[in-house]
Order: sequence, then C-alpha cells, then structure tokens
Amino acid sequence: MVELALPKNSRIRTGKTWPKPEGAVNLRKFQIYRWNPDDGENPRVDTYWVDMDTCGPMVLDALIKIKNEIDPTLTFRRSCREGICGSCAMNIDGINTLACIYGMDEIKGDVKIYPLPHMPVVKDLIPDLTHFYAQHASIMPWLETKTQRPEKEWRQSIEDRDKLDGLYECVMCACCSTSCPSYWWNGDRYLGPAALLHAYRWIIDSRDEATGERLDELEDPFKLYRCHTIMNCTKTCPKGLNPAKAIASIKKMMVERQL
Amino acid sequence: MAYLTDRKRVQGLGSAKTGTEHHWTMTVTSVALLLLTPFFLFIVGGLLGQPHDAVAASLSRPIPALVVAAFLVVGLHHMRLGMQVLVEDYTRGLGRKIGLIATTILCYALAAGAVVALAQIAL
Repeated sequence: MVELALPKNSRIRTGKTWPKPEGAVNLRKFQIYRWNPDDGENPRVDTYWVDMDTCGPMVLDALIKIKNEIDPTLTFRRSCREGICGSCAMNIDGINTLACIYGMDEIKGDVKIYPLPHMPVVKDLIPDLTHFYAQHASIMPWLETKTQRPEKEWRQSIEDRDKLDGLYECVMCACCSTSCPSYWWNGDRYLGPAALLHAYRWIIDSRDEATGERLDELEDPFKLYRCHTIMNCTKTCPKGLNPAKAIASIKKMMVERQL
Repeated sequence: MAYLTDRKRVQGLGSAKTGTEHHWTMTVTSVALLLLTPFFLFIVGGLLGQPHDAVAASLSRPIPALVVAAFLVVGLHHMRLGMQVLVEDYTRGLGRKIGLIATTILCYALAAGAVVALAQIAL
C-alpha cells in the first residue's frame, strides 16, 4: 500500500552525538539509523566520529570499528566481508548496497547509513527479510525434473550453461527488491526483482523440465506484471546483475507461448 | 492473519493466470500510437485556427477521419489500460474496484464522445 509519510511511531528523530576519539586528526562523520524494539522509543539517527587513519577502506570496516570501539550496542548483520554472503545489505548514502564492498572514498561528505528501505526493522540496521525469503522459496529455486534421473549428472552444453551467467551470481541481499517502488507499494503480492531473477534462472536452465509450470505460477498481474521497468533494481545491484532484463525476458516468454 | 505462515502469505490465492494479454495489448497499442501520433498531429495541427468549414472539409475526407478516429479510440483504450495499472498500484480493496470501474467508464465515455464529435464535424 502506498505510504507517503512514515507512521507516527516510525518518524526519525535526532539521536545521540557520540564523543570524537581522542587525538585523532583524520575524522569522518557517520550518521546511523538506530532503533531498539525494546525501549519503546522512536527511531533516531546517532552521530559517530571515526578516525580514518586507523580504519579500513570499506563502510563495513567503519561499522565494525564503531561497534568495537565506540558503541557496542550498534546492531547490523555481516559475515563474509567480501560481497558473497549478502548479509550487510543496507542503504548507504542513499544507495542500497553491501557495506563490505562499498568504499568510503565513493561517498562525499557525511556517511549516512539506514536499513534497507520499506522493510520492517528488527533492530538498528537489520531489516526483517522473512517475507522476502518466503517469496524466493515460492519460485521453487531448485532443478525440477520428470525424466528418470540419469546414472551420472544431468548434462548441459557449454552454450546452455552460459545462459545462467549473470543470474546465478545473485546473493539474495535484497538490495534490488527494496529499491523498487512497485515492491514498496505491493510487496505482499509482487514477487520483486530478486525472486523473479531467480525464477528466470530456473526457467532458462536447459535441464529443468518444469518451464511451463514455472511460467504458469508467475502469470499474474501482481506476482510478475507489477514490474514497470523502473530499473532501480539494475542500477542498485551491488553484484552488477540485471534483474530488470531477467523480468523482461520472462514477460517475453509469456507472450511467446501465447502467439 | 497473525498465525499465517510466511509461505502461506506469499502464496495468497495463487496465480491469476492472467496479465499477459494486458501486457501485450499495451505493447501493441503503444506501437500503434507511435505510428498514429505523428499523422494525428500533422492533420489536427494543421487545422488549428482554421475556420469551421475548412476543418469540416478536411475531416470529412476518409483518410484524415480514419487517422483521427483510430488515434482517439486506440489512445483512449491505451489510457484505460494504463489507468488500470495506476489504480492497481496505488489503491486497495473497495477503492481499487471503484477506481477500476470509474476509470473504465471515463475512458470509454471519452472514446465514444470523441467518435460522435468527429462524426458530427465530418458528416
């Protein structure tokens, strides 16, 4: 549903300004969204100062430094710190991206960090991705076959394997889906770019034998056709993938099987 | 609602098995409008500021009348499909149903009115 203003209890207030580290010369200002479900307060934006001479180059390095040295209550997800796990997806400087591969040299001025947009917040920078993961599960992200299993592997030509490039690399960070206005307004029914990119990955897999059923499941004004080619998904994808193209390809296949 | 599983919420009422026709009709009418719009602008643009007799004479010829009628009908059908998407995007529940009925009536009323007006000028 369209919401042009935040509900009263979600309006962001100015938070605490944490003291500057002593003796530091090269300081950088960080403004970070904070919300604790246990204190009953509204969300706030806290200000931190980080000594850049003793900090790594990525935004995640600064977040870890803040957590370790300034404020241990700051909460965020992170794991691989090299853009593979997708855990540290957040909105940095107005862009949905992975904190671990987003360099602070790419940001002019203060570093502003918020959780992924238009998702329920669990705490601080952690969005609730339960619905997002359930949408992914609904597209049957596995190989579906009807032919008796071969003695060895399911065979695939090099050309057919090449078709999966640009699709299988998705790490399900949710940057694309949470950047999409269509997903903001109708995310309960619209599957979103991430789930649809994964759906296309299995639709065009030459070994998969459920292509028709997969297309049947997606043929819906909301599940698929809420995509209006806004292209925010492709612009924001931290892995450089093109979910908008994958969705367009699914629509093309839908037309092809009717004409 | 509180005890539905997430998978159940995502599944909802299942796939409506529709939407492709809407998508394809939007594509076809877009292509048609791409071709018709320059001719429409050329014909109607040339008639701006002309006396009534000159306008009636021009629109009573078959090709200009056909182009103008086709532009209006295709354009308003395209508008109806576009407004349907708009209503579906931004409204819910009863508001959505009322919005869809209202925009459908509006677009087809405009199309009918435009064709009648064209006929009255041309005939």
